[in-house]
Amino acid sequence: MSTEALTAPSPPDTRLAARKRIAIVPAYNEERNIGRVIGELRAFDHGLDIVVVSDGSVDRTVEVAREHGAHVIRLPFNLGIGGAVQTGFRYAWENGYELAVRVDGDGQHDPAQLARVLEPVLAGEADIVVGSRFAGDPGYRSSAARRVGIRVLAWVVSAIARQRVTDSTSGFQALNRRAIRLFAGDYPHDYPEVEGMVMVIRHRLRLREVPVSMRAREHGRSSIGALGSIYYMAKVLLALFVGLFRRTVVPLEDA
Amino acid sequence: MTPLKVSIAATIVSVLLLVGVFELIRSRRLRERYALLWLLTGVLLVVLSAWRGGLNTIAGWLGVRGYPPAVLFAVGLLFVILVLLHYSTVISRLTDQNVVLAQRLALLETKLAESERQATSE
Repeated sequence: MSTEALTAPSPPDTRLAARKRIAIVPAYNEERNIGRVIGELRAFDHGLDIVVVSDGSVDRTVEVAREHGAHVIRLPFNLGIGGAVQTGFRYAWENGYELAVRVDGDGQHDPAQLARVLEPVLAGEADIVVGSRFAGDPGYRSSAARRVGIRVLAWVVSAIARQRVTDSTSGFQALNRRAIRLFAGDYPHDYPEVEGMVMVIRHRLRLREVPVSMRAREHGRSSIGALGSIYYMAKVLLALFVGLFRRTVVPLEDA
Repeated sequence: MTPLKVSIAATIVSVLLLVGVFELIRSRRLRERYALLWLLTGVLLVVLSAWRGGLNTIAGWLGVRGYPPAVLFAVGLLFVILVLLHYSTVISRLTDQNVVLAQRLALLETKLAESERQATSE
């Protein structure tokens, strides 16, 4: 499928090499970061297929990603992070990938830490693993308002999940085929990380957090400003609340 | 003061509106994003309908003499206008996206037809 696989050196882990695997990279106007992200993913594992989902980017994200040899899905307009990421999951599901990692196109997730995120999935101990900024060392720097928001959400999600969750907004994830199937079939639109966690729990998939450190963005701005934080919180909490009662698209017992 | 029967009827109708909106969200026929204004409308109407003293006070502030439930009409109307305006922006965005989709699809069809023609002529 990918040309780079022909010249691949041995991947870091034989359990990894045995599986058909893909990195899903959502990107919105990340022409300055996307090339480096692809390079680092490949440095981590040459046999890893990479699909960049450009969410209506108006810069050269698509061209840069193609130049770096990634598969590129170009969405015709901005669907928002949920719609973009789900496109990647559908691609992974339809093309028979057994393992997927999700790494953001802005470079804040360090592919060198993927081994840690992948470990519980490879060991068969979890269906989905989330890299948490707060599970271990407190290296992550962000605005105070945002940290408080992340803490509150983590507390609410933990209560719903009856399982300790420290970082419900992290998009640094690894998934097995079961989890890929769930998200390909049904993925939240507005706050996919938080709502997705609740979905995973409802569908009785095994969720695990591992500590990671994230990098500050090198170029560009985050999609959420400090100003909208409270409004954001209110909407997320409403979405979470509704999500608890909502009809499920993917059958619960079958997921 | 608002007649008791008016308060009771208004409260029941407002609660039904809230329940209806919630059921629509739950059954996925309405996205939260488009339900926020409706929920706000419902909550406000429930509060103003059930809290008779409050409605009376607000009517006093606004200089509504004689018939406080007029404030209920005003609030209801204001929110109907807001919801409609919101829908106009949503429809505009959908129209733009529809144009883009049609263009992308047409371009794709052309590309496919051209590459098929190329493949058969080779």
